[in-house]
Amino acid sequence: MPEPPPQPQPQPNEPEGAVAGTGMGGGMDLAASEASTLEPASHGPDGPAGSAATGAPGPQDRPRSLWSDAWRDLRRNPVFLLSALVICFLVLIAVWPSLIAPGNPLRCDLARAQDGPRPGHPFGYDGQGCDVYTRTVHGARASVTVGVCATAGVAVLGSVLGALAGYFGGVWDAVLSRVTDIFFAIPVVLGGLVLLSVVTSNTVWPVVGFIVLLGWPQISRIARGAVITAKQHDYVQAARALGASDTRILLRHIAPNAVAPVIVVATIALGTYIALEATLSYLGVGLKPPSVSWGIDISAASPYVRNAPHALLWPAGALAITVLAFIMLGDAVRDALDPKLR
Amino acid sequence: MGRYIARRLLQMIPVFVGATLLIFLMVNVMGDPIAGLCGERACDTATAAQLKREFGLDKPLWQQYATYMGNVFTGDFGTAFNGQPVTELMATAFPVTIRLTLVAIVFEVVIGITLGVVTGLRRGRPVDTAVLLGTLVVISVPTFVTGLLLQLLLGVKWDWIRPSVPPEATLDELIVPGLVLASVSLAYVTRLTRTSIAENRRADYVRTAVAKGLPRRRVVVRHLLRNSLIPVVTFIGTDIGALMGGAIVTERIFNIHGVGYQLYQGILRQNTQTVVGFVTVLVLVFLVANLLVDLLYAVLDPRIRYA
Amino acid sequence: MRARTRVTWALGVVAAVLPLAACGSGVGAAGGSVLSSSWGDPQNPLEPANTNEVQGGKVLDMVFRGLKRYDPRTGKAENMLAERIETSDSRNYTVTVRPGWRFSNGEPVTARSFVDAWNYGASLRNNQKNAYFFGYIEGYDKVHPDTGRQTANTLSGLKVTGPRTFTVRLNQKFSSFPDTLGYAAFAPLPRTFFTHHKAWLDKPVGNGPYTIESYTKGAQMYLKKWNGYPGPDKARNDGVTLLVYTDSNTAYTDVLAGNLDLVDDIPAGQLKNVHSDLDGRYINTPAGILQTLAFPFYDKAWNTDGARKVRTGLSMAINRAQITRTLFRGTRTPATDWTSPVLGTDGGYKAGLCGRACEYHPAEARKLVQEGGGLPGGQVRITYNADTGSHKEWVDAVCNSINNALGNDHACVGNPVGTFADFRNQISRHRMAGPFRAGWQMDYPLIQNFLQPLYYTNASSNDGKWSNKDFDRLVDRANAETDKAAAIVLFQQAEGVVRDNMAAIPLWYQNGSAGYTDRLHDVALNPFSVPVYDEIRVG
Repeated sequence: MPEPPPQPQPQPNEPEGAVAGTGMGGGMDLAASEASTLEPASHGPDGPAGSAATGAPGPQDRPRSLWSDAWRDLRRNPVFLLSALVICFLVLIAVWPSLIAPGNPLRCDLARAQDGPRPGHPFGYDGQGCDVYTRTVHGARASVTVGVCATAGVAVLGSVLGALAGYFGGVWDAVLSRVTDIFFAIPVVLGGLVLLSVVTSNTVWPVVGFIVLLGWPQISRIARGAVITAKQHDYVQAARALGASDTRILLRHIAPNAVAPVIVVATIALGTYIALEATLSYLGVGLKPPSVSWGIDISAASPYVRNAPHALLWPAGALAITVLAFIMLGDAVRDALDPKLR
Repeated sequence: MGRYIARRLLQMIPVFVGATLLIFLMVNVMGDPIAGLCGERACDTATAAQLKREFGLDKPLWQQYATYMGNVFTGDFGTAFNGQPVTELMATAFPVTIRLTLVAIVFEVVIGITLGVVTGLRRGRPVDTAVLLGTLVVISVPTFVTGLLLQLLLGVKWDWIRPSVPPEATLDELIVPGLVLASVSLAYVTRLTRTSIAENRRADYVRTAVAKGLPRRRVVVRHLLRNSLIPVVTFIGTDIGALMGGAIVTERIFNIHGVGYQLYQGILRQNTQTVVGFVTVLVLVFLVANLLVDLLYAVLDPRIRYA
Repeated sequence: MRARTRVTWALGVVAAVLPLAACGSGVGAAGGSVLSSSWGDPQNPLEPANTNEVQGGKVLDMVFRGLKRYDPRTGKAENMLAERIETSDSRNYTVTVRPGWRFSNGEPVTARSFVDAWNYGASLRNNQKNAYFFGYIEGYDKVHPDTGRQTANTLSGLKVTGPRTFTVRLNQKFSSFPDTLGYAAFAPLPRTFFTHHKAWLDKPVGNGPYTIESYTKGAQMYLKKWNGYPGPDKARNDGVTLLVYTDSNTAYTDVLAGNLDLVDDIPAGQLKNVHSDLDGRYINTPAGILQTLAFPFYDKAWNTDGARKVRTGLSMAINRAQITRTLFRGTRTPATDWTSPVLGTDGGYKAGLCGRACEYHPAEARKLVQEGGGLPGGQVRITYNADTGSHKEWVDAVCNSINNALGNDHACVGNPVGTFADFRNQISRHRMAGPFRAGWQMDYPLIQNFLQPLYYTNASSNDGKWSNKDFDRLVDRANAETDKAAAIVLFQQAEGVVRDNMAAIPLWYQNGSAGYTDRLHDVALNPFSVPVYDEIRVG
């Protein structure tokens, strides 16, 4: 790469120097037109007047802030509606699996092990001769609970601690970040064997708690980085100059601008947490047998992928759809929260 | 800046002590490791007692920790149950793992950021959808399966690679393992970059740059990408530790005797000396990586300053 | 500005370098008539009396020869270094060592080589995990007391009486003692083992058909044929490279790709396609391993007469034939007694000794469990360790079989324990609440080894603390019996006591399995499921 020519140009990192000091509020029409061409799914440009005021510094007179506007946007976003539909369906079968799979997931006949589909058993049989369809449907409860609750817990705990560290800096940052470092040092296998082996409960909650405990440092660092970036923006400085409280600045000005990376990491982590549950169960410290979950079925089918790929593909497919739904949901929420889209 | 770094380096001391103590306690809580040494039978009581004495397990915990830390400062990390000094294990495990991690990170950076930029600029287009599908596959199919299938395809059917990595493990032999190891992280990096790019491409400075008639490439790389990298850099910083210490499955499939494998074995055999030793080094790696990430923030966004 | 440029530049270089480095190199298996074979990292230093698992045993089997050797095919103990072992009372033995044997460093193998080695193995201060093998020799309680310091350094029962002769006095009658002497712990050791111990550990020196040429801990060992080997079983290849694999799947794939010659553990997931993958270069031979379910007899609920019926019922609820066929694809055989087919019928193996109790009769099983007062606690939890072997699969299959037979989804569940050490801890602390996995790999091919360590009162591997006077008496009588055939009949009677009480549920006999490339010929596994390396021909 050649050295850039020394012509006078605005520092790319200091856009405010070149454009108006109002932050992202400036150049509204441009933003709107660009958004509409590039973002056909998003209906951001509706009601520009309302949104324009939203992001502006110090709108103390408008209690209906960005968040409610975001919700209005979301309701009209087909991507959001589709993902919400899928998630509702997942929740439905998690609560009431026998609705679409009346069979018993624990009823297995070794004589049928690894057999392909047959009438009444559309997904075939797994290595133990259990019906893959029934197990996939019944596995939703444990897997969706672990995935969603662990992700929610990690995201909330991680973002709060990360935001505090990033926003206040100094001692806050030093203490919180070093605690994060210590948690990073705990190997998952060791943590699982130590913390979960003493638990006798037969529910998913110890597993969820464990994942939150070891998972928050990652989100925390992501959130910290995002907050550090966001707090440099002029509108934050302006809000502070206008006397806004820290809470207000954090929630109203920084959070919407820092939430994107957290959403991205959280939605992908959701899938990996579902898989992590299987690792823990394999070590005998996760869900106690005879639990049914996608993770357990995926890891049981993995060694046999050459001979019975169907036993792997269906639960893995269910996991993929779940992750997809949450990624789409995350994308839609992020778009709705993005002030630049207005 | 110099003072900031000095302060950060000083902060490593409490983290170091805290982490080693925590790990030390955790391994000890797991119980008596001697029982696992005699195969499918009970160790006779005399030998068990003798072994405990030899590994110092008969002493109170605080004393064990004090002795251990004292030894660590003289460079003695103790011995594993097979009689090998832990430093020897580290000397064979860390170089391989560092190379593997390096390959994985290069993949994350090169492929992940490229795909992220492409999909970020072309949201909703076929290429975006294709990358999303790839992401889903990577998340939902276990590494074990990806690795196994790649081995059979590339190693046996097409004969492009050796299915297992020989002990010397040179960089070129680590390409496929590195890719497998990086796969899930790739998903993160791609989507993080994509989101940042999509967010920032409507920023004022980008429009200014475009309006000034700068070449598109230049706008993307210099203006757009640089401002979008902070979350990506943060993620990669947190990922280094996971890649180094947690590559258990990848290392197993490709027969790499690296840190993940030694750590896993150490944990399963409850060998305090191995586990604490390896984690100690890993903690130092996290700390340095995190420091570098924080310094990179300032490089990527000059408004961020450290006093 | 400068820093930024440098970052982009660095990215560009890395991107440019990567494709260059990407080219596969097929470093084939070692050349000449040297073969490569899969190996696992030995868990203990490679001292003969300290090696209690197969991977270390594999090496010892190549670099050591003892007084006896078990025939790789029949498992019979045959004289190797022993010229003769004589006794008149099954208690005092005189051993004469054959002349002309040497260690690979030139030192002759004498009576002292054995006596010193055994004294070392028995001595408490040396921490040898197989020390208990010397427990039959008089004076063991002095050199290896249960508590406190040892009061002697040598076994009083061992006496060197000449350059090639020594005597052994046992602390009880034990007629099959000579047949135990093929076990690795009884191997002779050269002087350098004692004088330069550390150097010896780095590169063990023995008297077997191979010498250790190089050893990189955790990675590989190269064993070269010893041309001066005086024994009859000279190596038929030039050497063996043992490569450490952490996953048998990788080793298997490497055999398919031609990078490895021999894998001696075929992963379960590949058994279905092994015949087509390897075109018949797959062997599956019985090994002296029996899998059982043991019970906690220290728990009152399991130590009643009703519980005996429950145990028998559970045994009849397990469809062994189906599990061994479907899950193990013939690498296990349904067990019908408590020994192993590798003993041979004249060695004490008796097919069908278990009778109906080891066959699948679901209706009868349900009836027996009901008669016995139902399952203790309403549910059986089969405890196993999750970190080694793939026990989860068969435990799940056994539970499914029991659940189906008893018509109750929750009659049986698996109870994984994270680590082997924790599993052993829970066993030794008597924390088992139900049946638990018990695998027994024989030390030497004798019926005594399948019964006494497992079911004799307070024996070393009697994990369930089962105790039965009739059984103990029969074993004592069998050990004292000088006539082999008569001793075996007594052992089988003792085994009958185990059956009548269903002290443990026998599941299946385990086979050894191996796959190899077309470079190799005459590949076989011995009854310890270790490849007979010296017989393998390359090319």
